[in-house]
Amino acid sequence: MSSTETPEATPVVDTDRDSFVVEIRARLGAAVVDSFVKPGDDIWIRLAADTWVDSVRAMRDDLGLDYFEFLSAIDWMPSPFGKGEEDPTDEPVEKDTTIRQGYAGGDTRFQVLMRLESFRGKPAVNVKVDLDDSMTIESISSVFAGANWHEREAGEMFGITFAGHPDQRNMYLPSDFEGHPLRKDFPLLARVIKPWPGIVDVEPLPGGDEEGGDE
Amino acid sequence: MTMLGDRQQLAYIASQAADARVNVELETEGMTLNIGPQHPATHGTLRIICRLDGEQVVWAEPSCGYMHRGYEKLTEVRTFPQVTALVNRIDWLGSFANEVPFILAAEKLMGIEAPPRAQVIRTILFELSRIANVGLFLGDLGVQLGAVTPVFLAFRDREYVLNLIESATGGRFHPNFDRIGGLKDDLPAGWIEETRAVMKKLQGFCDQMEDLLFGNEIFLARTKGIGIIPRDVAMQYGLSGANLRASGIDHDLRRDTSLPMAWNKADWKVWTHTDGDAFARCWVRLQETRESCKIVEQLLDVIPSGPIMTKVPKIIKVPEGEAWVATENPLGEMGYYVVSKGDLGPFRVKIRSASFNNMSVTPWLLKGVYVPDVITILASLYFILGDLDR
Repeated sequence: MSSTETPEATPVVDTDRDSFVVEIRARLGAAVVDSFVKPGDDIWIRLAADTWVDSVRAMRDDLGLDYFEFLSAIDWMPSPFGKGEEDPTDEPVEKDTTIRQGYAGGDTRFQVLMRLESFRGKPAVNVKVDLDDSMTIESISSVFAGANWHEREAGEMFGITFAGHPDQRNMYLPSDFEGHPLRKDFPLLARVIKPWPGIVDVEPLPGGDEEGGDE
Repeated sequence: MTMLGDRQQLAYIASQAADARVNVELETEGMTLNIGPQHPATHGTLRIICRLDGEQVVWAEPSCGYMHRGYEKLTEVRTFPQVTALVNRIDWLGSFANEVPFILAAEKLMGIEAPPRAQVIRTILFELSRIANVGLFLGDLGVQLGAVTPVFLAFRDREYVLNLIESATGGRFHPNFDRIGGLKDDLPAGWIEETRAVMKKLQGFCDQMEDLLFGNEIFLARTKGIGIIPRDVAMQYGLSGANLRASGIDHDLRRDTSLPMAWNKADWKVWTHTDGDAFARCWVRLQETRESCKIVEQLLDVIPSGPIMTKVPKIIKVPEGEAWVATENPLGEMGYYVVSKGDLGPFRVKIRSASFNNMSVTPWLLKGVYVPDVITILASLYFILGDLDR
């Protein structure tokens, strides 16, 4: 059981996943822009946006990734608002504004993120697709019917248009809502209006030891 | 790999026919029936708009968002340990189970694991929240189909489990007990014996439910053959939990993934059903409650001694990286995709909740069914609004 393993014991080379990435690249060809394998954990691949529906269909039909887990998006821009925990009377600190994408890289601020799993014994795959400034990408709801609702949610939260989606209405937000809440430049108003008071309240517990159990 | 049964095929054809009817636009005058937002079958505030042709639904669309609280945005301004207080409230009937996958994801990024004692206690509390959650489902199911007695029994017996959770964690509904690297506290004295006694009671409760509901003619007539989800549809929509297993897919993350939890220390069984109808979903859940009782009983015997917290720094910074952890929660598969930038808090958390995928099948599933069956289907899919809207 993994409980007896130390973190160092995780395999450095993951032959299962590595060979599956080779298989994916062989099937999808140039559609795979980049890939990343974390041994013993997961696979990340980045697909080209223009052919991504065909790639997903091929992954479902030929590569055994037949279970749709979720579809969402990531905004890689660091939030200009921070956590709203800074003292407003202090000098404003210089914030890091460089966009650094995660595993399997990326060229754009927004990326679509999807996860597919396999019930045929293949490893699961996290799929990323770059979104250019048009914020438009083909809908995959013709491949995985379950993507319908996920695309509606990602659409309203990030302002993405899924071309070919049967009915892209808002999922949660009112239809006249302005803005896209999960974009990093959308402020969380509760934190902007009033600074978070919690941070100044933290006092060390009386007699608390250095190692500290709970956070 | 079973082929579609005859009955499943017929239901499929019927729904296709309903589809065709919508497209052709027959001359009959339709009627729009609005269910909810306040309705006992909606477990909160879900609104379902049905367009009817006579007594048949030809088009149905759930309208979500009445309880959207924006947890994915809120996590971005919290530190990692603070997030558990939020995710507790996603599926409020089995809240401890919501904390576990997030904590496991954070631990995975940090490269640490909880000590064995904490792993076993985590698993016990996880299964207790499943019993509390699914036990209430069984009672609720009865009340939605017109039987009032089961819900009283369910609320009574769930209370025993909530008392256990409360005495161990301090919170009946929102324990907020899981910590990165272990648990907040050890178990109180006498808890193990008490739990053993409650598990006996709960198994009696399961037997009682089996007699009351699954031996009831009306119940059988209202659930058998209703709302059939074929296997390929279940896969396409990403259904999970009992909804998936009731469609004949033998998949349970507790058995199929190697998480640092203790399910493999107990001897238990994953139940599946081949019918894929409302009855199968309810039946699988009943069996799962029994199995959970068994898991808890066995794990009580094997709680190892030792610490309940591993060494973690006082201020937790999670290294840069991305991690996905999903567990088999009471409602189905609950997963977190956590992106960390090496800060005190997560950069982005995608919450994959079970109810969202489970409910996304309803526009397909409700086509062609009769109005009373809408309630049966919604009840048998089993969703919690907090889990649907997050």
